[in-house]
Amino acid sequence: MSRAFLTLSGRVWLGLILVFLYAPIAVMAAMSFNASPFYQLPFEFSTVWYQKMAANSQVLEAALRSVLIACVTTVIATALGTAASIALFRYEFPGKKVLQALLFPPIAIPWLITGTAMLILFFSIGIGRGTPAVILGHVALALPYVIVTVSARLASFDRTLEEAARSMGADTWTVVRRITLPWIAPGVVAGALFAFAVSFDQFVVSYFLSEPGDTTLPVLIYTAIRKGFTPEINAISTLIITLSMAVMFLAARYSKFGGDQ
Amino acid sequence: MSRVDVSHVTKKFGRMTALDDVSITFDDGGFFALLGPSGSGKTTLLRTIAGFHFPESGAIQIGGQNVERVPVEKRDIGMMFQSYALFPNMTVADNVGFGLRVRKVGAAEEKRRIGEALDLVQLGAHAARYPHQLSGGQRQRVALARAIVTNPRVLLLDEPLSALDKTLRVDMQIELKRIQREIGITTIFVTHDQEEALTLSDRIGILKDGRIVQVGPPREVYDRPINAFAAGFLGEANWIPQGQLAGLSLPTAQDGHRFATRPEVLSLSAEAPEAGRNGVTGRLVQRVFAGAMATCIVEVEGEAWKLIARDRDIPEVPGDGQVWLSWAPQDTMAVAEA
Repeated sequence: MSRAFLTLSGRVWLGLILVFLYAPIAVMAAMSFNASPFYQLPFEFSTVWYQKMAANSQVLEAALRSVLIACVTTVIATALGTAASIALFRYEFPGKKVLQALLFPPIAIPWLITGTAMLILFFSIGIGRGTPAVILGHVALALPYVIVTVSARLASFDRTLEEAARSMGADTWTVVRRITLPWIAPGVVAGALFAFAVSFDQFVVSYFLSEPGDTTLPVLIYTAIRKGFTPEINAISTLIITLSMAVMFLAARYSKFGGDQ
Repeated sequence: MSRVDVSHVTKKFGRMTALDDVSITFDDGGFFALLGPSGSGKTTLLRTIAGFHFPESGAIQIGGQNVERVPVEKRDIGMMFQSYALFPNMTVADNVGFGLRVRKVGAAEEKRRIGEALDLVQLGAHAARYPHQLSGGQRQRVALARAIVTNPRVLLLDEPLSALDKTLRVDMQIELKRIQREIGITTIFVTHDQEEALTLSDRIGILKDGRIVQVGPPREVYDRPINAFAAGFLGEANWIPQGQLAGLSLPTAQDGHRFATRPEVLSLSAEAPEAGRNGVTGRLVQRVFAGAMATCIVEVEGEAWKLIARDRDIPEVPGDGQVWLSWAPQDTMAVAEA
């Protein structure tokens, strides 16, 4: 087999994968600009669904709440996650290995189970449902992502830099602020973007922990679909996807996923 | 500038004793080399003086003040690391100025002192560069400038030259010695390179297994090693076999001492040496020509002896390689067994 054939078949294969991944999204995005409410062809360009969406106060409220929750989650998860990563990197303490191992399962445990468990816990300790509960849940989900990205960056950090700074008279806080943080900044930014994406796209935990009528955007979309599927949903979803992909793209750029780009 | 006193310091890592009741004094303004094999505790001693480790017991004084419980950032030291540890996100000037900014000396004063320190290491023109734009030797100079810019009480160097190639290393040794003389700072230097220790320092401390073996000026330690380890670690020793001791003129020595010579005091000949010189016989195994100098390996009753001499002073040996090695009696060392 020639190299050219391999290259060609490889490209076709890659193309098929991309179609498989993005075709449904592309159809949805296209339909959000189609005038027909019943997905009829021929395609007739219109922004009517975006206008309807913009006029829908429920949608706007939910979108605003989603962004707010995602921002608060990002700030808390990034601060906690960065501090935890530095502590795990710098100090040896009993049970450190266990603690590190316990950080990863939350990524793998189905959100349905996490959500159920949180709902039970929050009710039994009196937090109940509502926006604070949603934020708590999101922080718990986003934290491992922050720790993983920041720790990955810290792994390449030369500890003698901290020692050198200390030898010149810098106290712990100055060392972290002037030496450690500048080095891990790309990891922190990537972790923050991941945290934002995890929170903003989160459905299951939000669905379990939010109060009816006080929901986030993904939950609102789900509820709307159950009532009847209007192309307005396409418009909302297209916007969410655009935002999420932009955030993920930035995160990938900062954490240099898949090598230098 | 201050003298450093280490008295009865013991430092353990888990069950491993890294420093075992170490006492040593570093004189004000002196250049002191700590020499030893890896695992001897020389780096631990340096880092304990720096304040990265606190000793389990014992006292450390810098300039007469007890510092054994003072963390590194409060000890007012300057330190140079093997990897240089330059901050990659800062320019040369910002690297050098880091300690000054921490001390909040003021912008004008900071600028002046950065300039002075960089001029001292002849890098004034490179202030705006980043570390990755510098050569190995230049990074080294930046690290040195950064370590001395704050006028620390003591300068600690952790194998700072080992990452350089040989020619550059010799240049830097001369440079380091010049700068140390110029500012007169008490300097403690860790190395496993005996030649470097002999070249640079005015006092040497040899460590083994967390203990001080011998301390003294380089010549004294070299000429009168206190035991077999010191004799073999600083320079090389040829041990005189018991069977060849008869007829030699030897220094008086206590029990448990053995006699040895240094490779460079020997001369090689095919015939027995003249009266008044000590000599042993052996078989020439190898002769290695290295330009001006040559090295011969001679087997003396199962011991491999080494001779180093100018190549032109070593005669050709005919036949089976049976030779005499001879030396002046006063060049015989009496060395304790352990």
